[in-house]
Amino acid sequence: MGRFVFKLPDVGEGTAEAEIVAWHVKVGDLIAEDAPLVDVMTDKATVEMTSPVAGRVIETRGAPGDLAPVGGPIAVFEVEGAGNAAAVAPPPQSLRDSSSKGGAAPAPPPQGEEARSAGGGPAAAGLKGDYAFRLPDVGEGTAEAEIVAWHVRVGDTVAEDAPLVDVMTDKATVEMTSPVAGTIVAIHGDVGAMAAVGGVLVEFSTGLPSPARGEGAGMGVNTPPLQQEAQEAAPPSPTLAAVAPVHPPSPPLPPRGGEAMRPSRAEGERPLASPAVRRRAEDLGVKLSYVAGTGPAGRITHEDLDAFLASGGPPAPTAAPTSAYAPREGVDSVKVIGMRRAIARQMQEAKRRIPHFAYIEEVDMTEVERLRAHLNATHKDRPKLTVLPFIMRALVKVLPDYPQINARFDDEAGIVHRSRPVHFGIATQTPQGLMVPVVRHAEALDLWGSAAAVTRAADVARSGKGSKDELSGSTLTITSLGPLGGIATTPVINHPEVAIIGPNKIVDRPVVQNGQVVVRKMMNLSSSFDHRVVDGFDAAEFIQRIKALLENPAALFID
Amino acid sequence: MPQTITTRLLILGGGPGGYVAGIRAGQLGIETVLVEGDRVGGTCLIRGCIPSKALIHVASKFDGMAHAVGGAADGIGLSATPTLDMARTVAWKETVVDKLNGGVAALLKRQKVRVVNGWGKFTDAKTCVVETADGELTIKAETVLLAAGSVPAALPHIPFGGDVISSTEALSLPELPKRLVVIGAGYIGLELGSAFRKFGCEVTVVEALDRILPLYDDALTKPVKAWLEKAGVTLHLGAKAMAFENGELVVEKNGETLRLPADKLLVTVGRRPRTQGWGLEAMGLDMTGPFVKVNARMETAMRGVYAIGDLVGEPMLEHKAAAQAHVAVENIAGQTRAFAPNAIAAVCFTEPEIVSCGLSPAEAEALGIEAISAVFPFAANGRALSMEAGDGGGFTRVVARKSDHRVIGLQAVGHHVSELAGEFCMSVEMGAVLEDLAGTIHVHPTLSETVHEAALRALGHPIHI
Repeated sequence: MGRFVFKLPDVGEGTAEAEIVAWHVKVGDLIAEDAPLVDVMTDKATVEMTSPVAGRVIETRGAPGDLAPVGGPIAVFEVEGAGNAAAVAPPPQSLRDSSSKGGAAPAPPPQGEEARSAGGGPAAAGLKGDYAFRLPDVGEGTAEAEIVAWHVRVGDTVAEDAPLVDVMTDKATVEMTSPVAGTIVAIHGDVGAMAAVGGVLVEFSTGLPSPARGEGAGMGVNTPPLQQEAQEAAPPSPTLAAVAPVHPPSPPLPPRGGEAMRPSRAEGERPLASPAVRRRAEDLGVKLSYVAGTGPAGRITHEDLDAFLASGGPPAPTAAPTSAYAPREGVDSVKVIGMRRAIARQMQEAKRRIPHFAYIEEVDMTEVERLRAHLNATHKDRPKLTVLPFIMRALVKVLPDYPQINARFDDEAGIVHRSRPVHFGIATQTPQGLMVPVVRHAEALDLWGSAAAVTRAADVARSGKGSKDELSGSTLTITSLGPLGGIATTPVINHPEVAIIGPNKIVDRPVVQNGQVVVRKMMNLSSSFDHRVVDGFDAAEFIQRIKALLENPAALFID
Repeated sequence: MPQTITTRLLILGGGPGGYVAGIRAGQLGIETVLVEGDRVGGTCLIRGCIPSKALIHVASKFDGMAHAVGGAADGIGLSATPTLDMARTVAWKETVVDKLNGGVAALLKRQKVRVVNGWGKFTDAKTCVVETADGELTIKAETVLLAAGSVPAALPHIPFGGDVISSTEALSLPELPKRLVVIGAGYIGLELGSAFRKFGCEVTVVEALDRILPLYDDALTKPVKAWLEKAGVTLHLGAKAMAFENGELVVEKNGETLRLPADKLLVTVGRRPRTQGWGLEAMGLDMTGPFVKVNARMETAMRGVYAIGDLVGEPMLEHKAAAQAHVAVENIAGQTRAFAPNAIAAVCFTEPEIVSCGLSPAEAEALGIEAISAVFPFAANGRALSMEAGDGGGFTRVVARKSDHRVIGLQAVGHHVSELAGEFCMSVEMGAVLEDLAGTIHVHPTLSETVHEAALRALGHPIHI
């Protein structure tokens, strides 16, 4: 038996890291060679990695959303034969710890570590004691807490539940008590230092057999911020319900009415309160649905109402009592991963690097529309034309005169790569989010060719199976919201391109022609340009050329 | 010469909604005029709850005596059959009604509520013309509270009149009918039917549905059905009353036609809101079904016009109307009140009685609530046994949400259980949990111990079963 470490291969030109999107295996799975292992995404495409060997998965590194460096190990297999790494039976626990925290570049697996470290004993992490007390999660959304005071020193012998350390979050100061009895062998963090949730605060020598006790977090914490959790978790048994404190025992009262004190009722459930409490709330103009109940079964007591009022009371005294609309509560936290993260990064990059300027001009599309209707009526054997192919034709016709617009700007190197072919990026909404498939060599496509290429590109994007070639390399992007097109937009340039063209909706508008008000099919053309390499004058002239072509579509076909 | 007065608040109807509203308005210093076409007290006091309970009381007493003829198990023996003078029974009942009616009038007077006797009719939402004994009186009001109540519903093909009577007439019969046929096995029909059976009448009940008391579940109605059968009340379920001709009710049941001879035919097929005869159509209010539409503040669609009680919806119960009266008047006084009870309990004075508050196990399930329930039988309750109330299949039942033990329903069937309603409502309204009921010391020997035991049983550790 041997170990095989699978390292993330180079998944694309210039890619240094890839995001883990989904695992197809879990630790313990038996996997065949070439079976799907993991999906990773680069800024170009999502790639399915297959297993290079047959064997048992003994470790996976990184959760969906984590970035894995190219060349870094992402999975370890137990295989027949020698494998490609030193043979050790179980993976060291510490290795899993670091990867599960999403470290971007986990250290290579410590090799040759012996079985003595198995089972999560602190020795594996290089700790001195046999029990590590880690800072527990002291309140919703708290990632770290400040050490305010130490109650113990190295060498002290402490009893279970004895105070160890006071830590302060932005909500409250909390006294941590010892979950075990033992001798302190190390403390981590001076007063004033920030301790991370999950970080080791105190190491004990408990005198127990090494791996027996493991390590603890959160045990013995007796603090107000946890009150809410206790409440939510309160089983219906009378003893526990009765213990749930109305008045927190510790002096530092957490700020109430905040996130930690949100009512824990299911949405739409009527708040439970005695008639007297209801009546008082009505008098005060307080909607009880805002108030957390600490009584049995979540009953709202007079004290709860007092606490609610002390926390700032009803949101708006004038609005609350008579509104027929129920307020909605809560926040859904959505992790920005996968496609969404790629879009976010691309957009951020574009807006950070590119000084955009927008130019909006209106175009009389009456003639194009007439021609389009005619062509569609007389070429029933061909797919129906939209406006987009006409705009594409106009662009490819004018672009040779404006080479600075059909370009990619490598701003690191300070070089504008002006492209002779026109590769249109077609901004496309897909179930996964915005994608920009590419129509290559648009200058070589006629109207129907353009239409077919756009359809193909959109299908490729929506299917999620686009190759790198089909999804990158555009030189100018068109973004159209179709019937949702609105009056005007200020599109974001698809970096490293230098311009983006956004046709808006065609609508019938009154237009003055020869002193007469007539109804014409008008469309705005909203464009953005990279002002570093495209001057406003050139951009305006470029758009005016487009406008002239579209208003006289016959000219589209004259060379 | 027509007279016109103005007032801050005009209440139409002096029933349990209207008179409670009047008294509360007086307490709050609101100048109030109450218009009532009959005596104050409404259906409940004059021709409903109270007189029917008086009659039921006499009937039970008479029934007990009748059973003592020749010696009963408890040792009481009568040497002769007791006699009943129905006219005197009705007269006695009237003294009870008079006492309450006089009491209500005095309470209204003490709060300086002006009671105008006469039939009121609105000409617009804030103007009411009343035909009084002294002539026409026009009342213009800033605020109007409608409490017009309800009337017995009639069958279109068997209208009231002659021997076809409603509950109102049944409570004031000068003599007992030999054969009484009741259409409708709801609580009114069964309460009165049972009482007349105890008086010795031959009673037949005709019900279109295939069960009695459709508002209560089978477990609760089973003891009532058993009593009816034992007492000799003939039940025709799934039977349709077709016509009343020549002193016989023609009934269709399972495709067969029955002819039931009846000296009196009591029609109790429900009640409908009184929406006609007082100018509702001139007020511009919204309706919801047959009822006047109101919001939780008891406001109608018309600014300054409130409505309460039977007029605004089910359940058509005295205590609901009174509770809504409080809400409406306090809102009129500028307070902020909403009618949002956890439960409105209902009591059925059949033999034995039924009381139900909140949700039954089946209703909880239908609402998707995971519930636990437990019953405690009266056969295991000392007080029940000591007053011959242990047999007959009575029990108390508690229903609680499984997740947090909150009591969402309490029901009972059995002799005298109507008096348990207080604890039932209190528990549900206060949001008690099973542990609250279990931890409350219930007095021995009383029927209320069954509530305690049912809660203990739901928690898995009853003592007396």
